[in-house]
Amino acid sequence: MQEFKPRKTLLGVLPDDDVLSQCIHCGMCLATCPTYDLTKLERSSPRGRIQLIKAVARGEMDLSKIFAEEMNFCLDCQACETACPAGVKYGLMVEAARVEVDNSDHISPVAKAIKKFALKVVVGSKRNLKIFSRLLYFYQNWGLKKILHTTGIINIFGKNLAEIDNLAPKVSRKFSDSFLPEHYQPKSETKYKTALLTGCLMNVMFADVNKDTHELLQKIGCKIYTPKDQVCCGSLHAHNGDFETAHKLAKQLIDVFSREEYDYLISNSAGCGAFMKEYAHIFKNDTQYAEHAKNLSSKVKDITEFLSEENPELIYKSVEQTATYHDACHLAHTQKIVNQPREVLNRVPGLKMIPLEESTWCCGSAGTYNIIQHETSMKILNRKMENIRNTGASTVITGNPGCIRQIEYGAERFNVRAEVVHPATLLNRIVKWKET
Amino acid sequence: MDSLVKAKIKNIVGNDSYFDSDEDRLCYSYDGTPLYHQLPDAVIFPKDDDQISQIVKLANSAGFNIVPRGAGTGLSGGSIPVENSIALVMTRWNHILEVDRNNLTAWVEPGVVTGILQKEVEKFGLFYPPDPGSLNVCTIGGNVANNAGGLRGLKYGVTKNYVMGIEMVLPNGDLLKTGGKNYKDVAGYNLRDFIVGSEGTLGIITKILLKIIPKPARTITMTAYFNKLVNSAQTVSDIIAAQITPSMMEFLDNTTINCIEDYTKIGLPRNAEAMLLIEVDGKGSAVDEDAAIVQSIFRKNNASNVRITSIESEGLILKTARRSAFSALARRSPTTILEDATVPRSELSVMMEKVTEAARKFDVVIGNFGHAGDGNLHPTCLTDERDIKEIDKAHRAFEFIFNQAIKLGGTITGEHGTGLAKKQFLESVAGIPGIEMMKKIKTSIDENNVINPGKIFSISPRCEGSLPHRQEQIKDFH
Repeated sequence: MQEFKPRKTLLGVLPDDDVLSQCIHCGMCLATCPTYDLTKLERSSPRGRIQLIKAVARGEMDLSKIFAEEMNFCLDCQACETACPAGVKYGLMVEAARVEVDNSDHISPVAKAIKKFALKVVVGSKRNLKIFSRLLYFYQNWGLKKILHTTGIINIFGKNLAEIDNLAPKVSRKFSDSFLPEHYQPKSETKYKTALLTGCLMNVMFADVNKDTHELLQKIGCKIYTPKDQVCCGSLHAHNGDFETAHKLAKQLIDVFSREEYDYLISNSAGCGAFMKEYAHIFKNDTQYAEHAKNLSSKVKDITEFLSEENPELIYKSVEQTATYHDACHLAHTQKIVNQPREVLNRVPGLKMIPLEESTWCCGSAGTYNIIQHETSMKILNRKMENIRNTGASTVITGNPGCIRQIEYGAERFNVRAEVVHPATLLNRIVKWKET
Repeated sequence: MDSLVKAKIKNIVGNDSYFDSDEDRLCYSYDGTPLYHQLPDAVIFPKDDDQISQIVKLANSAGFNIVPRGAGTGLSGGSIPVENSIALVMTRWNHILEVDRNNLTAWVEPGVVTGILQKEVEKFGLFYPPDPGSLNVCTIGGNVANNAGGLRGLKYGVTKNYVMGIEMVLPNGDLLKTGGKNYKDVAGYNLRDFIVGSEGTLGIITKILLKIIPKPARTITMTAYFNKLVNSAQTVSDIIAAQITPSMMEFLDNTTINCIEDYTKIGLPRNAEAMLLIEVDGKGSAVDEDAAIVQSIFRKNNASNVRITSIESEGLILKTARRSAFSALARRSPTTILEDATVPRSELSVMMEKVTEAARKFDVVIGNFGHAGDGNLHPTCLTDERDIKEIDKAHRAFEFIFNQAIKLGGTITGEHGTGLAKKQFLESVAGIPGIEMMKKIKTSIDENNVINPGKIFSISPRCEGSLPHRQEQIKDFH
């Protein structure tokens, strides 16, 4: 093979060559990779992709169209990291490779512009996100969407757009930052001092989950700090290779959450929790932020992690319900939170938890994957829905907004009768207020 | 390979099953073996026996080589491409064709993943015992070609004990069918057993008939830790002398214990010098009696932290941890060279000492673990392929280990195969008449030496072209 110039930038994002060298190509990851399972091609496997990234980084291979396709074909679910006994940091490598791909000419200028606009202009600014979400809300609720779909006009823009439109989460009528108080102080004794991340998309699309989380914390006797001016945590940008914006947002968030004293920073979105736990590592050499970042990361807890570890006293209403639990990748594989949610749910009397086959297998949501790689995402979703159907459970519980919307959509599309809820929502319904 | 030949290959298997981009070639240039790699000229996924037959005939007439491949988890380089070769990948042949509950057999395609077959037959209360460490990934075809072993070899044997029939496309394109559902069959040469372990050098396996057995009713899993290596070896000897046959008797040294604990975080004691993982299974009270004797032997040999469980999920956590040993050792260093020197069981403690001696003598870090009950050790050198001096020391250490194993009446490989990695040592075990016989068989079946040439041994005078080189050899060459 001919020689190419080593991709310095790729190596620049990665800490050092050791990250690339750590994979011993034993193949233990193959069984857990949803894309390898679909194609049975080594290039669609973690092991194959690592070899490709290594070759491009070291200048042994050009950054080709196939390379670009493969990097974007990956779900970045990181199931391979859970399976890897050697502890290879696959996610780090593939995210670095995506930066290279985005900067290459294998991505069309239009696609680049749309992506940049969506991430930088829309999600990157809290004000803009709210304006766009409001517009989307009017579109979804004032009959325009219905007209476009029933008349078939939407199909003019391509069948995919119509499907994507159906897949988009419904914008909440009221955004959570408009009704959650910045400071909440329990009337009786303060059991825990907490802060709550309301997120960017969670705030506008899943305001009810934020409300449920807030209420649940109230019922436990938590003091809750919910800053109004909190921004996106930056995880969306980092996973899409825009580290500059990611780090800018992260610093803003650290500033906002360093203003008050609390012991736990509660997250109800798997991706956000995972990324905030990484702040300590990301800013470890930043003279200004290292200490604050470390401090913040150490306090971050997923709501189920918090409930499992602290085991606060809860009074349950009597229920009789069957449910099953789907592991969000960013909980199970990135944060290694697997047992905690199950423990919390198993404590609820009358809630019969039915184990889900392949519960840690990605549902195909994967950020914007279900839009960009729609067809593949639907194949993966189909597998998930069949496993859910086999449980016969009436409720699917999962701790990430992306998974909630994807599985809701899957229930309609593949005709599975089940309600999909966040653990905080389910618990808030079942847990009683304490008599005061 | 010229483009006309490539076009013919493509024509046989179809566009959707032919790949020759640089990316795909790179992704099939390696298997699980450290240090060896070479690019194939193309990668194909044939769809049926007939396509394979046509490809094989074309290889003979057009003069290219075929390297068969399953999941690519092998550890001796058996599926690494050679010069002027195509990789013939069988992973899409992944159907279990029949589970015969009257005869307790299963017909499978070679690309069926071992662990998936085990789960499927367990639904009928049946059991397929061979369990190589990579069982969730590796394929039955690869297991048969390499006569794979595993953790349960001690009581249940290895892959060869479960192969009842094979269908294989021969190097001349004919389809060979050998064996069948008969428990007894002595008609002619035993070709079936001869194909098992031939490392893909005699043809391309397309269908396999496996023996399955009833699943043992009860299993008790025990772990014990020792402050001295010699105590763990003595425990193994005592258990064998007590005429107990555990279904599993695994040994791990301190380095391995720590790497596994880093990965699994299941609370293994980090300061123990050795750990034994023992499983007894069977029916009724006999299992408890065996377990009680094993425990008394633990006590006699000063074992600490003894844990006993008959809960399947708890046992599985321990076994899964053990199966991750090889890869977990890569936490310490980027290159892990794993070998599988095997000695008669009575020599196990001597062999353990020799491994320690090798590490000291050649100044390398060696993690040691393995199937103690089989005398099959997996000394694993923790090194870095980017450091040629380190790699050289590792090779000298292994040469020492192999020589010591042979002196003790042992062998250079218990279950990984010879492939490329152990070719140079084969003569010392098989002897010249042995190797000559192998070569004669190979050349009589594969006249043009086109099926996985250069593996196990080299045929002279015909040159196989340049074989995959070890990294340092390439650098020396330049």
